[in-house]
Amino acid sequence: MIARLGVLALAAALAWAVLEPAPDRVELAPRVAAALHDTGAAHPVTAVLLGFRAYDTLLEVVVVLLAVLAAAAAPAGAGAGAAPPAPASAVLRAFANALVPVMLLTAGYFLWAGSTQPGGAFQAGAVLAAAGVLLRLAGVTTPLDVEHPGVRVGLVAGPAVFLAVFLSGALPELLLLVETLLTVSIAAALLGLFAAARR
Amino acid sequence: MSAGLAYALAGVLLFCLGLQALLAQAHVLRKILALNIMASGSFLALVGLAQRGGVPDPVPHALVLTGIVVAVSSTAFALALLRRLAAESGRTTLDRDPAP
Repeated sequence: MIARLGVLALAAALAWAVLEPAPDRVELAPRVAAALHDTGAAHPVTAVLLGFRAYDTLLEVVVVLLAVLAAAAAPAGAGAGAAPPAPASAVLRAFANALVPVMLLTAGYFLWAGSTQPGGAFQAGAVLAAAGVLLRLAGVTTPLDVEHPGVRVGLVAGPAVFLAVFLSGALPELLLLVETLLTVSIAAALLGLFAAARR
Repeated sequence: MSAGLAYALAGVLLFCLGLQALLAQAHVLRKILALNIMASGSFLALVGLAQRGGVPDPVPHALVLTGIVVAVSSTAFALALLRRLAAESGRTTLDRDPAP
């Protein structure tokens, strides 16, 4: 009862905070627009992600990597009794066959569009990982093995190259390369998390 | 009231619904889902507040993009921990350990 009243009071306070206009708002959008050309990106969100807040993005990718490591280090154990996956239905397989090529195309488009329109490495990586999950559920592929050397290189390539390019100061010129590798790493990390959580 | 404000208020509502579920539900899976709903609520509030002035502010949008990926990763880790807990102890709640 007390908890319920507390949540109601919090809801009222938060609603008031949302409705109350901030007294001295700083308009960030014009500042971002003014400094856009320094980042090599033509879309403001991409400019913030890989330009003004690049540290944030780098550490975020590292957090994802850490989550993969942690999830792989905490296996459910022998007694988990994970039910063997049921054989995928023909409908699901046909669905995956039809959808996965479109998803790959969409991921490539998001990556390419990211510099001038909404899109970028995170969206492309998420769509790519979703395609991988669909293939896994349809029984087409085996679970991603995060201990495989190639997979490890894929996991680390994005953040490592991002850090190297960032430190060398060539980020505005090499933005697309960094975004491409980040896409691969994010997709691999999300698939690795999916495999670890299902094991 | 602008559409941005309506989204922000819906985000507040989602956050508080998630908080209530986090406090009230004992099963860890439900707690993880509640945390996800709270995260979605705060993302919605941030994005809504970012465009109440008409032109969307790119900085909160980028923050939310970062937050979504971290939320997905932490959810997957929490699920792995929950499965480990269930395998080790057979429990799916976070009650205090029974007295030895």
